[in-house]
Amino acid sequence: MDGTFSPAPLMQVTGCRQAYHKDSAADLVVLDDVNLTLKVGEMVGLLGRSGSGKSTLLRIVAGLLKPTAGEVKWRGQQIDGPADGIAMVFQSFALFPWLTVRENVELGLEALGIAKDEREKRAEDAIDLIGLGGYESAYPKELSGGMRQRVGLARALVVHPDLLLMDEPFSALDVLTAETLRTDLIDLWSEQKLPIKSIMMVTHNIEEAVLMCDRILVFSSNPGRVAHELVVPFPHPRNRLDPAFRELVDNIYAVMTRRPQKPATSVQTPAAEAGVATPLVSVSTNLLAGLIEALAVPPYDGRADLPALAAGLQLEADELLPMGEALQQLRLADLADGDLALTDSGKKFALADTDGRKTIFAAALRNHVPLVAAIRRTLDERWNHRASSVRFLDELEDHMSPDYAEETLRTAIMWGRYAELYAYDEEAAQFSLEDIEDAKPAE
Amino acid sequence: MSRSLPSSLTSSRRLPNVWDVVASACVLAGIVALVHVTPETFQPIDAPEAVAVSLDPANLPEYALRTTLRMFAALFASLVFTFTVAPLAAKSRRAGLLIVPILDILQSVPILGFLTFTTAFFMGLFPGKVAGLELAAIFAVFTSQAWNMAFSMYQSLTTLPADLVEAARAFRLTPWQRFWRLEVPYSMPGLVWNMMLSMSGGWFFVVASEAITLGDKSWTLPGIGSYVSVALDQRSMPSVWWAILAMFIVILAYDQLLFRPLVAWSAKFRMELTAGAVAEDPWVLKLMRRTRVLSVIMDVIGDGLATIARLRLSLPMAKGERHAQPPSKLADLLFYVAAALVAGWAVWLIVNYVASNDVGLSDVGEVVVLGMFTMVRVIVLIALAALVWVPVGVWIGLRPEWARRVQVVAQFAAAFPANLFFPIFVILIVKFHGNSDIWLTPLMILGTQWYILFNVIAGASAFPGDLQEAAKNLQVRGWLWWRRVILPGIFPYFVTGAITASGGSWNASIVAEVASWGDDKLQAHGLGAYIAQATTDGNFARVVLGVAVMSVFVLGFNRVLWRPLYAYATRRLTL
Repeated sequence: MDGTFSPAPLMQVTGCRQAYHKDSAADLVVLDDVNLTLKVGEMVGLLGRSGSGKSTLLRIVAGLLKPTAGEVKWRGQQIDGPADGIAMVFQSFALFPWLTVRENVELGLEALGIAKDEREKRAEDAIDLIGLGGYESAYPKELSGGMRQRVGLARALVVHPDLLLMDEPFSALDVLTAETLRTDLIDLWSEQKLPIKSIMMVTHNIEEAVLMCDRILVFSSNPGRVAHELVVPFPHPRNRLDPAFRELVDNIYAVMTRRPQKPATSVQTPAAEAGVATPLVSVSTNLLAGLIEALAVPPYDGRADLPALAAGLQLEADELLPMGEALQQLRLADLADGDLALTDSGKKFALADTDGRKTIFAAALRNHVPLVAAIRRTLDERWNHRASSVRFLDELEDHMSPDYAEETLRTAIMWGRYAELYAYDEEAAQFSLEDIEDAKPAE
Repeated sequence: MSRSLPSSLTSSRRLPNVWDVVASACVLAGIVALVHVTPETFQPIDAPEAVAVSLDPANLPEYALRTTLRMFAALFASLVFTFTVAPLAAKSRRAGLLIVPILDILQSVPILGFLTFTTAFFMGLFPGKVAGLELAAIFAVFTSQAWNMAFSMYQSLTTLPADLVEAARAFRLTPWQRFWRLEVPYSMPGLVWNMMLSMSGGWFFVVASEAITLGDKSWTLPGIGSYVSVALDQRSMPSVWWAILAMFIVILAYDQLLFRPLVAWSAKFRMELTAGAVAEDPWVLKLMRRTRVLSVIMDVIGDGLATIARLRLSLPMAKGERHAQPPSKLADLLFYVAAALVAGWAVWLIVNYVASNDVGLSDVGEVVVLGMFTMVRVIVLIALAALVWVPVGVWIGLRPEWARRVQVVAQFAAAFPANLFFPIFVILIVKFHGNSDIWLTPLMILGTQWYILFNVIAGASAFPGDLQEAAKNLQVRGWLWWRRVILPGIFPYFVTGAITASGGSWNASIVAEVASWGDDKLQAHGLGAYIAQATTDGNFARVVLGVAVMSVFVLGFNRVLWRPLYAYATRRLTL
């Protein structure tokens, strides 16, 4: 199983680009110029925030998606459609509820047209290897989450794939179960008991990536690119408390919070409009207030190291980072080099009462979130202080995908409501100044 | 709520706008039409203009309106029935014991067979008046829609979320307030969906019930259904097409003006708190929300209703709810005995009635054999429909951009009363001298096959994306894919559709196994034809026998085939 006498890479991705066509504006680019080589005997992790296109890349590699441009070569052949020797494990397990454990495991073999005896033998082997013995005739419904994912693993391994793809395989499991499954898999892998040559996994959990992978590709979002590539030099089994391990985790946090260079948009727009069309991350005001409060008090006293903060708040990196970015957008905190630090207005916010907080939040929104400011300005100007949300949505959709536009508008609604800058009527899809106390009549 | 005026009236910003003009015009036109049509109902039945149906297409708008009004009258009656019977069944244990099985049976009994009795009954209520016929037609539609609506509400009421019930009790809502604040809103999505199914089925019955033959007498009630039946007698093909066109417009209007807004509106009562992907508001709902005067009127009505719902009404006996007492054994016993006596008496009445009218065991045997014929037809039809529509439905359902459009068309097709298309088939059969035993058969499923199609589409579009990807990744293809992946996945949906389709087909057999075109009469061998013939002959005992046997067949079919299949499907094949 060592790759010394097969110098050709198992999988080679060159110049891969995935974009969805949009009629009104530029194409929405999910993945841009991704290059990736996968060698025999290595476990590679794709790490990134949600929306960074890492799952898309995994599906392209699996042959489930056809890239818009670029080349994907599997054992030297161009991939078109699902290929022999690539098996996938899903985040949601994707077990067929009407098939028993054995039938689920055998399905891939049936599709290959393998004879019954052989099929049963291989299924039994895979089931035993992965620790499912005794559950053969159970239906997925009867199993716990951990057991279900074991079935997912057995189903993938039974076809003896060269490459095992895993899409956030442990993120739907509780902490303890996930850890057991991880260590079992690493043990099997490092003892070379698995009938596979390579593993590629998608994860948003930084520690998981450092714990399992030999090589990590860190993706940046919007569009998804490989921002950084690093090698994990530690031998298995790895110790999470090892200072070198911690340092690597810290480094990855720093990489992931590095300020992105202003992405060059293909459509040039007037500065004011582009400001309105800044995407907003949907984070609830309660979470933001909670994070500010947590940051303001000891042990952080206004400045926190992100891995420590994530551990202390029991949040995953991809949950914490959007919150940090939202605070940064509002200038309530600064996010840089793996640290999150409160600004002056952030500190004031922490000390204020409910009304005071709303005032600070309202000021932050009006000064730093052009979309919210524009909505309020429009309402102030209108004689009836009403405005349909559709026009703002249309404007946003000129600059981003409909999903992002929708999320951005929803965030603007949520934040503006909390700050009492405007009211919103969901049924009529209308902003208004009803019940807004400081609403001044238009002059 | 201290304000004395609804907020909508105190607001100065609501001036009338263009939309108000459009909407008011529609409303006014509706009222005028209503006033125009209503008096005719109370004319004596002998008045020639009351029941004469002319084939002049100019009369069709009026006929269409009258048909539609019957439909809505029946819907109103069904709602009243639902709001009284369902809560009764849900709240009173004893009443529930009786009402639930009765509803269950009524759901599967061939309603068209009863048309004869109900017509006789209502004619007796209003001797010599058109109103009797009207009521009979309305009642026929009512019987086709009330049961499943009541059943749906009963099911919602018995599955209220425990936390909401506890909250209602903790805030000491009276039963009246609880009903309007919790129970009705919670039942709304299911009720609206069933109402839509009922209405779709109802068009079929309203058309069928407008031309009624009782023994040697036959009456027609002005409407689209009677228009078609007159067209059949007079062999007027253009008139048939006119009627189809009129019906098309009516169903389109019903779909656009009533049904779509209703479904969109009822979505807000769904139990999810998260804002999911919501379909765009239909234009009528938008219109209603945008018009200023209309929305003021709506708000006034809404506020008024809300005030009624807020009243602290409570029945004296409801106080006992606070500490529920164990039910009295003696009262239970009395109740069971009374129920058993009534049931026994009912059976005795039926047997006696049938037996006293020269209907012997040999007749029963004959009817059962005829029932077998019809059953074979239903089974073959469902199988054929499945063979055609399952692959089509799967293909469409897995393509979301197609699914949305086709779904609308399929629902529309299901609502369109298929009996309007019968003449076209009949003419073809007469022309080519087809065997009526074979060629009349497809008529039974003409209207009901769409339920299979749209349920399969719904199933295929709900098929989880990760399972699709897993199957692709494992390279499952061809027959293995159908057998192991998609067929089990859509099976629960298919069964739901097939149950509706088979029930509808049994019902349709009564009108589909006999057909005529002028003097050419076509008749197939089957239970439906038997009932239809007995009705024409005015032989009530045979009608009773036929309907009873058909009920047994349908119930047996449901219990032996569909129920176990459905239970299996939900137990084994759902996630």
